[in-house]
Amino acid sequence: MTISISATINGASFTGDVPPEELLLDFLRDRLGLTGTKQSCEVQVCGVCTVLVDGNPVSSCCFLAADIDGREVETIEGLAGSDFHRRAADVFMRHAAVQCGFCTSGMLLTAKALAGRGLRGDRDEIAAAMSGNLCRCTGYRSILDSLTEILGDDQ
Amino acid sequence: MERADGRLKLAGQAEFTGDIRLPGMLYGAVLHSPVAHARISSIDTSAAGKLDGVAAILTAEDLSDLDPYYGHALRDRPIVAIGKVRFTGEPVAVVAAESQAAADFAVTRITVEYDELPIAASLDQALAKEAPLVHEEVSRPGSAHGLGALPDAEGNVCYSYSFRRGDVDRAFAEAAVVVEGEYAFPAVYQYSMETHTTIAHWHGGELTLWSSCQHPFLVRQEIAALFGLPLDLVQVIVPFLGGGFGSKSYTKMEPLTAAIARKAGRPVRILNGVHESMITTRRHNMSCRMRTAAAADGTVLGRTAEAWLDTGAYADNGPRVTATAGDAAPGPYRWQAVQVQAHCVYTNTGPAGSYRAFGATHLQWIGESQLDEVARRLGVDRLEIRRRNLLRPGEEVRPGGKPLDADLIGDVEKAAGAIGWGEPQARSAEKNKRRGRGVSVGLLAAGAHPVSMATVRMGPDGSVTVLVGTTELGQGARTVMAQIAAGVLGSPVSKVVVRGTDTRYTPYDRSTGASRSTTVAGLAVQRAAQNVLDALLETAAARLEAPPQLLTPADGAIHDQGGRSMTHAELVRARFGFDGGELIGHGRVQPEGGSGSYAEGPVFWEVCVAGAEVEVDTETGVVTVLRTSTVADVGRAINPQLVARQDEGATLQGIGNALFEEMHFAPDGMLLNDTLLSYRIPAFRDIPAAMQCSIVENGDGPGPFGAKGCGEGALAAIPAAVVNALADAGVPMNTLPLTPERVWRRIQELGTS
Repeated sequence: MTISISATINGASFTGDVPPEELLLDFLRDRLGLTGTKQSCEVQVCGVCTVLVDGNPVSSCCFLAADIDGREVETIEGLAGSDFHRRAADVFMRHAAVQCGFCTSGMLLTAKALAGRGLRGDRDEIAAAMSGNLCRCTGYRSILDSLTEILGDDQ
Repeated sequence: MERADGRLKLAGQAEFTGDIRLPGMLYGAVLHSPVAHARISSIDTSAAGKLDGVAAILTAEDLSDLDPYYGHALRDRPIVAIGKVRFTGEPVAVVAAESQAAADFAVTRITVEYDELPIAASLDQALAKEAPLVHEEVSRPGSAHGLGALPDAEGNVCYSYSFRRGDVDRAFAEAAVVVEGEYAFPAVYQYSMETHTTIAHWHGGELTLWSSCQHPFLVRQEIAALFGLPLDLVQVIVPFLGGGFGSKSYTKMEPLTAAIARKAGRPVRILNGVHESMITTRRHNMSCRMRTAAAADGTVLGRTAEAWLDTGAYADNGPRVTATAGDAAPGPYRWQAVQVQAHCVYTNTGPAGSYRAFGATHLQWIGESQLDEVARRLGVDRLEIRRRNLLRPGEEVRPGGKPLDADLIGDVEKAAGAIGWGEPQARSAEKNKRRGRGVSVGLLAAGAHPVSMATVRMGPDGSVTVLVGTTELGQGARTVMAQIAAGVLGSPVSKVVVRGTDTRYTPYDRSTGASRSTTVAGLAVQRAAQNVLDALLETAAARLEAPPQLLTPADGAIHDQGGRSMTHAELVRARFGFDGGELIGHGRVQPEGGSGSYAEGPVFWEVCVAGAEVEVDTETGVVTVLRTSTVADVGRAINPQLVARQDEGATLQGIGNALFEEMHFAPDGMLLNDTLLSYRIPAFRDIPAAMQCSIVENGDGPGPFGAKGCGEGALAAIPAAVVNALADAGVPMNTLPLTPERVWRRIQELGTS
């Protein structure tokens, strides 16, 4: 049994059939080859699988592919090349806020969603808003410095 | 200095093992034992084998043509359970199928009958008289433990390490103060964001593995031995790793993946879930008894320690961890007498192995808390007692080993100053909150076995490729190695590319761990680059008619003193007489004298120095880390940002270890908290309000430009500093983690209001 879906993924239309139980994470990585979204905890705690669905961050490990029907999905592959990404990448590089890189896509997509919601540069507020994105390498300080700068900029 | 792989990772384009798809690749799923200790009476795979999409199923009977045991310290681990399971979660069978879903489903259709055996799932149970034996036969030694002759096993104790110096009885008899205690350290999980992932592909009698492994050359060695292949027919390719921290050290999922791929006749990928990685490896939990004796003037006299480390059902790196723990028990102090025994114990739980700063993280908080208690009882300042007793550069740390090569007193003074040592303690506004400060000093023997090679290649356009076996876990190896080569050659760093490790092409490097990469592998890169530079200078000397010693490499060219220069590209072409050819430089690092063994080393001593200020809520037991300081004593910081990131990351891991990380094994051996829903790792909210990472550069390292490594020390020192700070706030603790419940109960015991 499959479900017919029609969605926009990184600006391009997708129409096709998905098994009802297929996770969005697996659909993106295995079906579409968009491997920039990563798998880690599988219980929507760590945030490495974060993608934007209609601009909202979701943990794609706990989201059904079937549920993107009629919606817009943005992954790191779609974000890369945008002005936001260009600016964010420069800031992350300057603060050396990338180590292994496994959490990075999720961090950037969540940051974009926060920017879209008007979150500005209060450091504590940003730390709280980013509580769904874990990192084991950096100790967070450099990422928080980066996000404070990125979200503090006039949009 | 831009990180070489940063933009690739920011764009989501960096390739990790799980991102690779091979044509015809199958997906593997593992059947895990539901019981901790049992004989396997039967396995029936017939129903599973008939399912759609199932290509192959592997059990022990498929290994009968092999000697199917591996293990670099003790060769005690079967590729898949053979006749017996020893921990809940042990692989009993593997399915390879056309999709992950098909493989996962097929696993549930395999029927296994278990004949349960008595369980020894804790140190107490494993050490009890008449304890059930996890391994009935003594294990063969592995090939790469570096521990010398292994002592005889005794019951469930698979390895013991002890040493004794001076007259312990006299030291304690003469002491003005004796502190004693019993301590417990938890099992914690390294939690790299990427779980263990391996792809195996047999082709034309050769085996290629892509794996998230830190030590591809050691893995290659074990795989070759297991499958009876010459080394050069086993190829291990390591893409980017999503963190390692020791969880991916030595051999993990590679034998199982290679075995199922062999049976399937097609490439197979096994990608662990977190719950699977958590029973693939973890940190040793430990019990320890320690005594410290000191004179009235604050001079330390004697220390005794006995520690038992729970290595789980298989040894993995347990013996090395145990020896390092033993060595960490005295701390870097001038003792008259020490006596240490450390034991590595099998239990029916998931195997424990390497995790950043092992041994030091286990013991430093214990010894340092006793030293603080000595100071308190004698009325001596806790920083001052360290000044009096810490070893100084050049002093012996252990007999026959490398003398101390770091200014520990200077380092701890820095760490203390950064948290306001000596300033009046700011009081919390709230009556029920208490604050305290603590510092801690320790050492880690760094470098492991110092054998590394490197190749540097310069093409006719002057571009440079570096081949070195250090794996990129996130620490920035590909950046630092490029900086080293560029520094020697005078090339712009942007023209130097460091390629990922492929054992077919990358020269031998023993391992990525023990803080050794910049110092040992980096030295090999430096020597290889020097090789290439010598060739450039030779050609330039002839063309510019100047002696090589008066030529300088800079800006991608060789310059004479008169303002003339030739670019690298021009020099390569000149050397070969056309627009082609290549300069290839080789660098080699090996022990200068002796065997390079653990006992003769280390390559350098890594300092484990930190300070912490904490606040404890006496009504709830909640501990908050207000500020931390760490010191990276690195000789020369080739990339200061990357050094700081190591200490920041280690600080957060240390906070997790100190305050809330703990794996809970039930009495029946099952791991109860095997997902992030129930195992908490630090998040953004756990950053201390102030985190200061100092870098000390005294040029006293054996690595390139006087460098020493870093990355581990802070993880050992932060929990120790936190424990000491909490004791300073009035709540001394003997058990980690410092959960609110434990701290609150202790407060009740002490009657602190």
